[in-house]
Amino acid sequence: MEIVIALAVGVLFGSGIWLILRPRTFQLITGLLLMSYAVNLFIFAMGRLWVDMPPITPTPGVDPAQFADPLPQGLVLTAIVIGFATTALYLVMMIGARGLTGSDHVDGEEPHQ
Amino acid sequence: MTTLPWLQHLIVAPVLLPLLVGALLIPINQKRHSLKFAMSLTSGVLLWLVAIALLLMADGGHWADGIGVYLASNWAAPFGIALMIDRLAALMLVLTATIALAVLVFSAQRWDRVGVSFHSMFQFLLMGLNGAFLTNDLFNLFVFFEVMLAASYGLVLHGYNLRRIRAGMQYIAINLAASLLFLIGVALVYGAAGTLNIADLSQRAAALGAQDAWLLQVGASILALAFLTKGAMWPLGFWLPTTYASAAAPVGAMLVLMTKVGVYAVLRVWLAVFGDAAGALDGFGLAALSVGGMATLAFGAIGMLASQDGGRMAGYGAIISSGTLLAVIGHSGSAVLASGLYYLLGSTLAMAAFMLLIELTERIRPPGAALIAITMEAFAIEDKPEEPVGVGIPGSLAFLGLSFAACALVISGMPPLAGFVAKFSLFHAMLASAADLDDSVPASTWVLIALMVSGGLAAIIALMRLGVRTFWAAGALTAPRLQVSEAAPVTALVLLCVLLTVQAGTVFDYLGRTVDGLARNADYAARVLGEPPVLRAPAAEGAR
Repeated sequence: MEIVIALAVGVLFGSGIWLILRPRTFQLITGLLLMSYAVNLFIFAMGRLWVDMPPITPTPGVDPAQFADPLPQGLVLTAIVIGFATTALYLVMMIGARGLTGSDHVDGEEPHQ
Repeated sequence: MTTLPWLQHLIVAPVLLPLLVGALLIPINQKRHSLKFAMSLTSGVLLWLVAIALLLMADGGHWADGIGVYLASNWAAPFGIALMIDRLAALMLVLTATIALAVLVFSAQRWDRVGVSFHSMFQFLLMGLNGAFLTNDLFNLFVFFEVMLAASYGLVLHGYNLRRIRAGMQYIAINLAASLLFLIGVALVYGAAGTLNIADLSQRAAALGAQDAWLLQVGASILALAFLTKGAMWPLGFWLPTTYASAAAPVGAMLVLMTKVGVYAVLRVWLAVFGDAAGALDGFGLAALSVGGMATLAFGAIGMLASQDGGRMAGYGAIISSGTLLAVIGHSGSAVLASGLYYLLGSTLAMAAFMLLIELTERIRPPGAALIAITMEAFAIEDKPEEPVGVGIPGSLAFLGLSFAACALVISGMPPLAGFVAKFSLFHAMLASAADLDDSVPASTWVLIALMVSGGLAAIIALMRLGVRTFWAAGALTAPRLQVSEAAPVTALVLLCVLLTVQAGTVFDYLGRTVDGLARNADYAARVLGEPPVLRAPAAEGAR
């Protein structure tokens, strides 16, 4: 399972990096989204990968190895929310830029030929 | 049943107060700007008072070891989020509140009217800044960084025009990418050490096995990349000059503070986690910080010489200032920290004053109104800021010239103002700490000193050129009408620089105690981790 997660994170992040180096705003925001998915998966994996284990211990005095770590799950939830909000903010600004400059180039103007 | 003494709640006030005021400001109609301004200013004044009170409490022995801890939701550290205030955090709070107050007064004349929700975003920015200074948890630091950044995205675009859109596009993109790096760093640190509380981390770092220590180093390096993007270390700081030059003047002054947050975060994490107690990890990455800082200094100096307009010059000035700080911290560690913090105070105040001043000096040149006209059209704001009415100040040209000279002196580090005292004490501390270790001073120290001197030289040349062009070579000068509310904040900031010079002894005493406190890592960890939650007596069975 580790190798699948690692590949997924790597492919998402790699595609994201390639896309944010592209000159169009649509490519840029898609790249940022892919990268944030990769990061969210990565945070999730940092709590170790568990299958079929509850995250919270019901009673004290039990073996903690039998339970998944709840903290990364909390972190990833926060990260998703914040990432979603900031990306939405950026999207709004991109629409504004598109309207004001008439171009979807990241520099706000078409490159000189 | 015990309760928390009410003074303890002051620690969380710098976060809650701007949040509350910012939220209350949102539903108020933009047309009632004097009400909005009054609320915002009240919050600014209160924040300043709270910051001063916290500084006095941290320094006056109110808390053991000068460290106050506030457990959010009454969860004991390291399980919950702990807010922590020591002398360093208190100092940064006071600096933030002071500059924020000056900027708020400055913006009252027209800047808060060229767009919507200026004051709300300003309050949220303050909340993010204060939270970043207070928090003692890495993930919470991320959250406050995002609050600060989200507010700054809005503020950078404030007074929406083409230039700001172009700069904002890059500013936001680079910061979104840096936030992702921040998350990766946090996740790696958690994976390696199993905790995100900085005090807990400082305890665990030394005891990690080789593999986990390696993971922690990777995580911390990636975290540092995110911090240093904010702190504009070369090659992560190319976004900065364009953003500064295009932002509105009051926003530019706040951005100066935001670069210092990056430096502060590096300091906070590095001193705690990779301090003297860290065993094999002691001093990890400081060499890279030093080299990066020197490159930043050189880049800033060259950029300053090459730039024509005041805004870009201020941006490169900020780059020089964070380069100097990073280089000296990386080079000599805690030995020069007191002088470095003094430099931070002086340069931040002067840079903020300079950002405000540039906007005033540009009024000497006649066609300055074009910038605002676009804004008005784009946002369909009807009431244009009328020609300033109110009390003008006499001798506005003399005022502008004198303030400009004072800022230039501090930024370039010429005597007699605070910049010189700071640089002199930095040199002294670097040479003294090198001489303490072994009798010869290493070549890197000389390189750094040479770079700092030439950075100062570049700054004074560039600023003199700008000054000559603005005040002497501009042909027939028409004295601009300046309002008291615009001149007073600049004067106050410049006078603070003077006060900093006159009272250098007092300030250095305080900074000395700050650095002593930062060096006592074990006390710090014991204070944060040992802070007891408020215990409540279990309710009687019948009361349920």
